[in-house]
Amino acid sequence: MTIPCVELRNVSLRYHSDGKPVHALEDVSLTVEQGEFVSIAGPSGCGKTTILRLISGLMPATRGQVCIDGQTVVGPQKRVGMAFQNASLLPWRSALENVLLPLEVVQPHRAQFNARRKEYEEEARRLLGIVGLDGFADKPPYQLSGGMQQRVALCRALIHQPEILLLDEPFAALDAFTREELWGVLQELWTARRCTVIMVTHDLREAVFLSNHVYVMSKRPGRIVHQQVIHLPRPRTLAETFDPRFVDYVRQIYDKIGEVRQ
Amino acid sequence: MSETMRLRLQSVAPPVIAIVVFIAAWEIGCLLLNVDDFVLPRPSVAFASYLKWQAAIWPNALQTLMTTVIGFGLAIVLGVALGAVIGYSALMYRALYPLLIAFNSVPKAALVPVFVIWFGIGTIPAVLIAFLISFFPIAVNVATGIATVEPELRDVLRSLGASQFDIFRKVGFPRSAPYFFASLKVAITLAFVGSVIAELGASNNGIGNMMVIASSRFEVPLVFAGLMVVAVMGIALYAVFALLERRLAAWAYRSRSV
Repeated sequence: MTIPCVELRNVSLRYHSDGKPVHALEDVSLTVEQGEFVSIAGPSGCGKTTILRLISGLMPATRGQVCIDGQTVVGPQKRVGMAFQNASLLPWRSALENVLLPLEVVQPHRAQFNARRKEYEEEARRLLGIVGLDGFADKPPYQLSGGMQQRVALCRALIHQPEILLLDEPFAALDAFTREELWGVLQELWTARRCTVIMVTHDLREAVFLSNHVYVMSKRPGRIVHQQVIHLPRPRTLAETFDPRFVDYVRQIYDKIGEVRQ
Repeated sequence: MSETMRLRLQSVAPPVIAIVVFIAAWEIGCLLLNVDDFVLPRPSVAFASYLKWQAAIWPNALQTLMTTVIGFGLAIVLGVALGAVIGYSALMYRALYPLLIAFNSVPKAALVPVFVIWFGIGTIPAVLIAFLISFFPIAVNVATGIATVEPELRDVLRSLGASQFDIFRKVGFPRSAPYFFASLKVAITLAFVGSVIAELGASNNGIGNMMVIASSRFEVPLVFAGLMVVAVMGIALYAVFALLERRLAAWAYRSRSV
């Protein structure tokens, strides 16, 4: 049996926020295989984001174990790339410089950054090209639309070739058209890179469109109540989202979440 | 007229006009109300006095400029350091802020005699007063800039395994740059005030000292000539930092740039 890429074993998390105890996660177990695209869906405040923070090592679990490639996570991971609901670009840097940021921090690139800067810049421009931002590399973030900023954030999350991409509601702040356009962009990036993706979302169509595997969480304290394998051929197109099979998947997950919320 | 020239004129004209109107109103007001030069000299009389005493004014002005710049330099170094510490650590902020407020509440003029006892009359008291008076706004602004860094920006770096120092260098410092430059513009003018206050009683040279001598000889136009020189130096240094700000923190002012 192969070692799963990401594994949570009986993970619980309690913490204090403003002096009140919060029971965020209860006995969550899930495994993600190398190269899979997994979504975690659930009502807001169910601890979806917390799972990503645990995997990225930003936060330790109270009980249980978080493993990447069979090793327990104890701190921040350079094998991980992250993108958030807000693009969180540094406003004093151009799009290109924002994409380069991880290479200035993560070894071994950090040590070679000045020597290989040309090469790194080319790679960053290539990535920006893939997400459709040719000619925008030298623009500051405030001259980019919300959708463009989020594309830059995706490039930044991928530039250091992480094994695992963690996405925290990456398209939630965008309008519906831009969002669906970026599903295609993300699918393309994932197909090209074949990294493992774990995405948190409350958009069920988004989850079904992009994932191999959708997990549904209960409200707080969050636990996994349902999982659904999506058997749809790839690459998936927006037209297929009206296909009865696609709609059935969305429907099934929607019903599950409805049960959970009662 | 080219577009850039028109824009430049648009940015330079309003302050120049304001200054000219102010000086004209002063001049005409004094003439109309028949104010004695001994009470409030007209700008033209003060300027004539400046021309007459130029050779004596400039060495004093340079002395004041020097003490101001040294005191201000110290304020930048220590203000940024302390601002970074209290901006990063909520504990240090809670611990040190009341003390900082206490120090800042002490009238700086009241410290001049103390410094004279410690260091004697001369350059050191003026440097120290300039430092003390301009230190506070720098420290508070840098602390604010760093303390208000969006947690998401910090998470971006933390998730990459960046050290605290990396986070300061890549996010905290650039993020606080607009606050820092805003404070420099306030602090440089305060530093001049500090230097001149110290020189009034605790120096044998400098513009402050020159003004004391002039007023003891009832040379009121010369007093005003001294004030004008200080004001002009203040504007000049302010302009230097405003220019630096436009260069180094331009991203924060994008909405106003045309």
